[in-house]
Amino acid sequence: MLLHVENLQATVADKAVLKGLNLQLKAGEVHAIMGPNGAGKSSFASVLAGREDYAVTGGAALLNGIDLLDMEAEERAQAGLFLAFQYPVEIPGVSNKLFLQTALNSIRAAQGLPELDMFEFSQLVQEKMKMLGMRQEFLERAVNVGFSGGEKKRNDMLQMALLEPKLCILDETDSGLDIDALKAVAQGVNAMRSPERSFVLVTHYQRLLEYVAPDVVHILYQGRIVKSGGMELIAQIEELGYDALAAA
Amino acid sequence: MQTQVEIVDLLGAKATYKEGFFTTTAVETFARGLNEGVVRAISKKKNEPQWMLDFRLKAFAHWQTLSEPHWGKTIYAPLDYQDYSYYSAPQCGSCSNEACASAGAVPIEPEIDPEVAKAFAALGINLGDDGGETEMAVDAIFDSVSVSTTKSRVLLEKHGVIFCSFSEAVQRHPELVQQYLGTVVPHHDNFFACLNAAVASDGTFVYIPKGITCPVPLSTYFRINEAKTGQFERTILIADEGSSVSYIEGCSAPVRDTYQLHAAVVEVIVHADAEVKYSTVQNWYPGDDNCEGGILNFVTKRGVCKGARSKLSWTQAETGSAITWKYPSVILEGDDSVGEFYSVALTNRRQQADTGTKMIHIGKRTKSTIISKGISAGKSENVYRGLVKVLPCADGARNFTQCDSMLIGKQCGAHTFPYLEIQNATAQVEHEATTSRIGEDQLFYCAQRGIREEDAISMIVNGFCKEVFQKLPLEFAVEAEKLLAISLEGSVG
Repeated sequence: MLLHVENLQATVADKAVLKGLNLQLKAGEVHAIMGPNGAGKSSFASVLAGREDYAVTGGAALLNGIDLLDMEAEERAQAGLFLAFQYPVEIPGVSNKLFLQTALNSIRAAQGLPELDMFEFSQLVQEKMKMLGMRQEFLERAVNVGFSGGEKKRNDMLQMALLEPKLCILDETDSGLDIDALKAVAQGVNAMRSPERSFVLVTHYQRLLEYVAPDVVHILYQGRIVKSGGMELIAQIEELGYDALAAA
Repeated sequence: MQTQVEIVDLLGAKATYKEGFFTTTAVETFARGLNEGVVRAISKKKNEPQWMLDFRLKAFAHWQTLSEPHWGKTIYAPLDYQDYSYYSAPQCGSCSNEACASAGAVPIEPEIDPEVAKAFAALGINLGDDGGETEMAVDAIFDSVSVSTTKSRVLLEKHGVIFCSFSEAVQRHPELVQQYLGTVVPHHDNFFACLNAAVASDGTFVYIPKGITCPVPLSTYFRINEAKTGQFERTILIADEGSSVSYIEGCSAPVRDTYQLHAAVVEVIVHADAEVKYSTVQNWYPGDDNCEGGILNFVTKRGVCKGARSKLSWTQAETGSAITWKYPSVILEGDDSVGEFYSVALTNRRQQADTGTKMIHIGKRTKSTIISKGISAGKSENVYRGLVKVLPCADGARNFTQCDSMLIGKQCGAHTFPYLEIQNATAQVEHEATTSRIGEDQLFYCAQRGIREEDAISMIVNGFCKEVFQKLPLEFAVEAEKLLAISLEGSVG
């Protein structure tokens, strides 16, 4: 099992947001987690990634059998967990190039690999940018500063492609994107699908799922996974709505 | 991943001041206290001519009429000027100070106390004089005196460049010192400049002759060693017509539990078509978390662009001192002259910095650029205070000011006081300012990409300062980046 989540409970500002969440994810699978506003979708992504505001009050989360909850956020990243943000953060003054190189070398160092020098790094990043259809000037711009919503998400995809994580969590990464940007995100995910890599697509809408076909669809409702199934679940959500589906 | 509050605590927790060692050597230190007798004694010690003693006495008389300035956004109890010693010098090994004095001159290359040489070596400053021209030339100042000036002879013989201690210049080049001393910062300028004029211990003297490009960067390294000792060096730098020079200052001091006073004066004179680049990397002891000790850095630095098309550029990276009070300024007298000020001021723990610049436009089409980056962490206060003044005669003057502040944590402060006095309608003056905070969101974003918190902070801070660091001489830019990283160390446990 790549990701094993059992009875996970968490609070933020003393409010319970995850109330016994269970999820099993095998290597190579793509899972979609859908749910209404306030169901705990983003909380789940944040807890897995190790955001400080969230307090885990019970349960377990293992990545390849290793306890995630014991690790600092950067250690989780170094262990192969990647979070594509709903709102990627701006870092003025730091070029994308420096940021990407620092991130990649931090992760390589943690894995006992030698650091890449400027030339090796440039070559690698060019390859990945070509794959995602991104322009050269991207590298010289400050991280996410003055980027459009679509550019920010594309930038997250570039980071994902470069860092080659084992588990990619996309936190509502499709929200607020126009169709071209949505396709770009989908293209990034599809290009990176492999038997060793898994994806969790946290989403409010089904639009992204038209471009990235998930293996399993889960419905998250009031802090728990209440239903799991295939693509047919999406049609049921359309038809019945979350409340009725959760009650059924 | 720490929460913001913890970051603040941790930033304050560890004093990692690696220059904080103390050197034990035979020293001659005057008893504490200040009166006319002390001023005369300093002058006598240095075997100074009458005009220099007169300058000191005039300044001392005036100083007694002044009161300590407290208008800066810095808080400190009034200092007891009788509780400091105004002269401290390591005794030379081969000759006694008395002998030097009676010989009527300070020797060019006195024997250096091996302990002092060791102290400088520990700071990475090599005092060996190989006569080569590749490295930098260094004037090393230990407490009140210059202990060694490297490459002096070869610079003078081959290029006519005078690079020596201030005391030596008074002996050997009195006409030049007399011509320029007090012309940019007069003896009555301000409280600390006035005190400096009275008790000036040593300093560096530089003269670049007409048309000469100084072949090596010149540098002065200031080391305060003795406790309860003030350092009052006076630096005069003259770039004659068409010459150019890059001058660099470095500073450090041992960890002491009481305030040490550093009240320096720097005067720079740039003649027509000459260019001076003056860089400072200041890493004085900043004091501990409880406001105990540290250097009070009350410095007056001013340059005048006297001739047409002259240029003076101040670049500073300030990370140390308990309190910094310093406004390197340029008086743009010559037509088409250019003044620049590039500054990074980092404050952490309980440091206070009130720093900035003054650009006084007098000549026509004079141009000034101010880029100031202030970083506040811990419980520190960081102030930019700058004046841009355009006189009625300065037709077509231009100024661009950019003033950015960055906050780390929630208990520090950043303040900006720009003063603009524009008296000519043809002047163009621009002022831009930003304030940002290294937020938890940014640190989490970096952590999620595998970057440790202290690396993230250092990456973000260095990105923020890049524009200024690019202006520093290369080896110093590297030094400054490292210094920032060290000063921010302890941001994680």
